[in-house]
Amino acid sequence: MLRAARDVISRRGAGLASIWRYILAGLGLAALLVGILAVVYLTAPHSAPGPDTSRSKKTASGLFVASFEPERGVIRQGELQSWLLTLKTAAGAPVEGAAITVSGGMPQHNHGLPTSPQATDYMGAGRYRIDGVKFTMSGWWQLRFAISAAAGSDSVVFNIVL
Amino acid sequence: MKRVVRVASLSALAALALLGGCGEPEFGDAEKKTIASLALNTLPALKADTTNQYADVPAAAALGSTLFFDVGMSRDGTVSCSTCHKIDRQFQDDLPRAVGVGHTNRRTMALAGVARDPWFFWDGRRDSLWAQALTPLENPLEQAGNRAAFAHYIKNRFGERYERIFGPLPDLSTVPANASPLGTEAEKAAWNAMPASQAEDVNRVFANIGKAIAAFERSIEPRQTRFDRFAIDLATGAKPQGDAAFSPEEILGLKLFIGKANCVTCHNGPRFTDSSFHNTGVPPVKDLPPDRGRVDAVAQVQADPFNCSGKFRDGDESACRELRFMMKDGQQLVRAYKTPSLRGAATRAPYMHAGQFSTLDEVVAHYSKAAPSVEGVSEIHPLELSDRERVALVAFLKTLSE
Repeated sequence: MLRAARDVISRRGAGLASIWRYILAGLGLAALLVGILAVVYLTAPHSAPGPDTSRSKKTASGLFVASFEPERGVIRQGELQSWLLTLKTAAGAPVEGAAITVSGGMPQHNHGLPTSPQATDYMGAGRYRIDGVKFTMSGWWQLRFAISAAAGSDSVVFNIVL
Repeated sequence: MKRVVRVASLSALAALALLGGCGEPEFGDAEKKTIASLALNTLPALKADTTNQYADVPAAAALGSTLFFDVGMSRDGTVSCSTCHKIDRQFQDDLPRAVGVGHTNRRTMALAGVARDPWFFWDGRRDSLWAQALTPLENPLEQAGNRAAFAHYIKNRFGERYERIFGPLPDLSTVPANASPLGTEAEKAAWNAMPASQAEDVNRVFANIGKAIAAFERSIEPRQTRFDRFAIDLATGAKPQGDAAFSPEEILGLKLFIGKANCVTCHNGPRFTDSSFHNTGVPPVKDLPPDRGRVDAVAQVQADPFNCSGKFRDGDESACRELRFMMKDGQQLVRAYKTPSLRGAATRAPYMHAGQFSTLDEVVAHYSKAAPSVEGVSEIHPLELSDRERVALVAFLKTLSE
């Protein structure tokens, strides 16, 4: 860049054509700026809109409010873990005696879950232990719960991004 | 006009110099985190195996080692575990498909870190290292023995060593010389004629053989490589010295491995495997019997009397969660095979579950092209790697063998 500028300066006053040189140098500097900005933009971390990863949400038809958390608080990739699915009615009452089936997979990898998690225990207060959850790789996972209880049947999908 | 070209080209040169000179560091923060997660120093200590109470008993490992190398542990006295799992060859045999008493249909797996697997064999048809070790002993193509003969052999040859570890051997005086539920018609008939308590006695000795061999195999662990030395220096900010320094080609290969080529999706963690099963469209070998991978192994592991739910497990059932929560059906299990560790892979061709590819170049070309699977659905997508990128990936993989 300095060489380009010096080049321009050394030719100052060389005639009418020098105006064009200034313009060209200006254009060169502008191109350089654009280049730097492009590099900064391309290397900056992108906040691309990902899937909704909220851990608490209404079920598809609004029958229940479901929340889904790892039982021990942290997700450990590659380990069999138990999670807690908490079910409440829209009015906030715990849902008891629900029949729950679990499915899911990785939408971007053509495969389902590596394990078949099950609702193994009712822990009271609308909380169900979902055991046998394993995430074998990083990326976008989905866990889908089909829930049947006295209030009716509904389903909910949780997105988990590792 | 010449001047115009000159000024413009000087500006362009200056721009290039700026971009190159004060450009990005070699790896971004996310890349560094991934690289650190692959390094051997993140490998946790080996967990206890509560299904095998002898897993960490030195005398059991010593007996297991003896049995592992003993050709007496076969029908015709010519084949041991070490025939295919060669100690000086990463415990594999360099053959497309293992050769024991007969020719098998699968590639011998290397054993480094094997005790960390939740599932065994390419298709996961066994759920513990000790249950795995029993299977080749009775496979007619591998060691081709039978459990009654093994019980007699142990008593005659290693009786004292066995009893010091496992307690008194049962009375085998009325047990037929050859009998097994999996053997020849005569062996099956002999097995079925045995009283149930006697069959259980023989099964118990047989299970203990597996537990001793497993205790030995727990000591087979992966070794530090050039990649690990590079990764540790990268993590600590030290400049890699000597062979820990990577060439530009190896760095490109590593970047591809954890980036565009998506290898790290399945080959993750310090063992470079997710210990799971995937259909990656690897073609079948002509003239071999049909091989559907994991989908057929599910029923086999469930039917195995030596599985975690069976009566030969030590400890309680809490150790059996892998079996309990096993994925049992679905398209994804068709032609799905275990992700192998890539540590040491560069020096142990050929590759894949039946030795389909003879070089790493062929492996990388397969993943780059991503041809569809002959059955089921391949999980991989075409990568469109250039020649230079393919060569770089192979160069990186070699750093896991040096």
